[in-house]
Amino acid sequence: MSIGTLAPGRVIVASELPEAERSRTWRKLSRNPAAIAGALILLIVIAAAVAAPYVAPHDPMRQSLLRRFTPPVWLQGGNPSYPLGTDQVGRDILSRIIYGARVSLVVGLAAVAVSLVVGVTLGLLSGFLRGRVDAVIMTVVDVTLSFPQLLLALAFVAALGPSLATIIVVLGLTGWERYTRVVRAEVLALREKDFVEAARAMGASPMRTILRHLLPNTFSSIIVMSTLQVAQAILQEAALSFLGVGTGSCHPTWGQMIALGRDFVSVAWWLATFPGLAILLSVLAINLVGDRLRDALDPRVG
Amino acid sequence: MLTLVARRVIRLVVVLAGVSLVTFAILHVSGDPVALMMPEAPEADRASLRQSMGFNDPLAVQFARFVTNLARGNFGRSFFHREPALPLVLERMPVTLLLTVLAMGLSLAVAIPIGILSAIRRNSLLDHAATFVVFLGTSMPVFWTGIMLILLFAVRLRLLPVSGWETTAALVLPAVTLASASMPLLLRIVRSSMLEVINLDYVRTARAKGVSEWLVICHHALVNALPLVTVAGLQFGLLLGGAVITETVFAVPGVGRLIVGAIRQLDFPIVQAGVFLLALIVVLVNFAVDMLYIYLNPQIRVR
Repeated sequence: MSIGTLAPGRVIVASELPEAERSRTWRKLSRNPAAIAGALILLIVIAAAVAAPYVAPHDPMRQSLLRRFTPPVWLQGGNPSYPLGTDQVGRDILSRIIYGARVSLVVGLAAVAVSLVVGVTLGLLSGFLRGRVDAVIMTVVDVTLSFPQLLLALAFVAALGPSLATIIVVLGLTGWERYTRVVRAEVLALREKDFVEAARAMGASPMRTILRHLLPNTFSSIIVMSTLQVAQAILQEAALSFLGVGTGSCHPTWGQMIALGRDFVSVAWWLATFPGLAILLSVLAINLVGDRLRDALDPRVG
Repeated sequence: MLTLVARRVIRLVVVLAGVSLVTFAILHVSGDPVALMMPEAPEADRASLRQSMGFNDPLAVQFARFVTNLARGNFGRSFFHREPALPLVLERMPVTLLLTVLAMGLSLAVAIPIGILSAIRRNSLLDHAATFVVFLGTSMPVFWTGIMLILLFAVRLRLLPVSGWETTAALVLPAVTLASASMPLLLRIVRSSMLEVINLDYVRTARAKGVSEWLVICHHALVNALPLVTVAGLQFGLLLGGAVITETVFAVPGVGRLIVGAIRQLDFPIVQAGVFLLALIVVLVNFAVDMLYIYLNPQIRVR
């Protein structure tokens, strides 16, 4: 179903999709084994993060010099109560990874929310108002694109002082321009369509036209982009933590665990390896789901 | 065409103004730059520094001063090295650029042939393998990839040095690490832009009139996969960002490592000079790409 075949004034909202359409989207998603695997991994990560105090075998902060550098359970010297081994001060790596999922997910989701609000609003304004507003907004987009995103985030997090909120806002404010560009392009195309014309002719206010007729039609691209941005935000948070401008608290994060593990890579490979695998699996899962979501929501892909 | 070039030049100037504003903001976003520079100093010292550095002036005046100094290449003196910041950054720039160019070359050398092949043999084993690598590559944190490569090639196999930049062998792991971050995206773009043109009528015509398959791919199809040029430009920014991390992992003495170190020491002149210069490079590369695009695209060139 393409937008062009819709009756004028008809707005595609996921919840309003005809039953057949919705089940087709769902069928496409569910038929794909990679997407199912991704969704499963994602569910496990989310469940682990939410239920961390109940599923983590140990206190993630508890140190014990007697147990330091315990290797994973399948190696000689491994201890079954520390399945993935312990770090340089004897903390349980599995428990730290489980707790680390909390920071990653919270930052990933919240940063995307910030980007969405800023990016979509500016995109709607840019595409709808055109002219000077558009020129100014697109210049801001160009400026944002000129900086290596991570470097900018690094500098601002350092300047504002590392904290969870700072990381979320800075990552959100360095990643919004993709929404602006796509939403703007879609609005520019949509505003020429008959149904928008009709809405305007019937006396719909600009606000109503934007919110009721233009915005909902950009949903499918927004959903796909924001899914993929969650994955990127998790990677960026990990990079910031790795570079030492993390959340500024003692709570474990995956990036910080890898940074600590780097120093011991020749004596205890498991310190850096497992948190990295946690990142890889979570991000891969989100990417797989996001990619299939794109195929399923995009009417042009067969 | 001339008006288009003029418009691009104007945009270049405007974007550079924006870039300097953002660089200026790094120091001022916290509200009190002096507290940031000397967090432990007594208030009396801070007040005198605030006065002597002109932080009591209106922000607009400070920004004007910043831009004037910037035009003269003056970013202030590094607090830590006690030398002007710009030369410190500039002397490390060749290392970063070499790393970036090596990584760019590597990822193009892998992405272009494999991207083309998987587009031609769509749904073949190679295509599926390539798709898998793309997913894996975009999901791996660069710094972790680097550490895993160190673990394998330096610690276990003892083939390559763990870190440094002195020997040719030391360049291998950083370049491969950085390339691993940009290659998957390029591969995906090569593949999809090839798929877009490969079934168009003119390609079919070329095949029908007996042009060899190789020539069809290289001459007819690849040339029209123009977005590649733009993407290569955007990739440059991504690579410079990745270089910051890669240099830290491998202790490569480049701009990225300098900036990360400066951020830890709250040495803002270096941070500002480094961030500005890297952004300047991205802006100039993109400008060059725009020009190239105008030149390469006959639709624009003729007009």
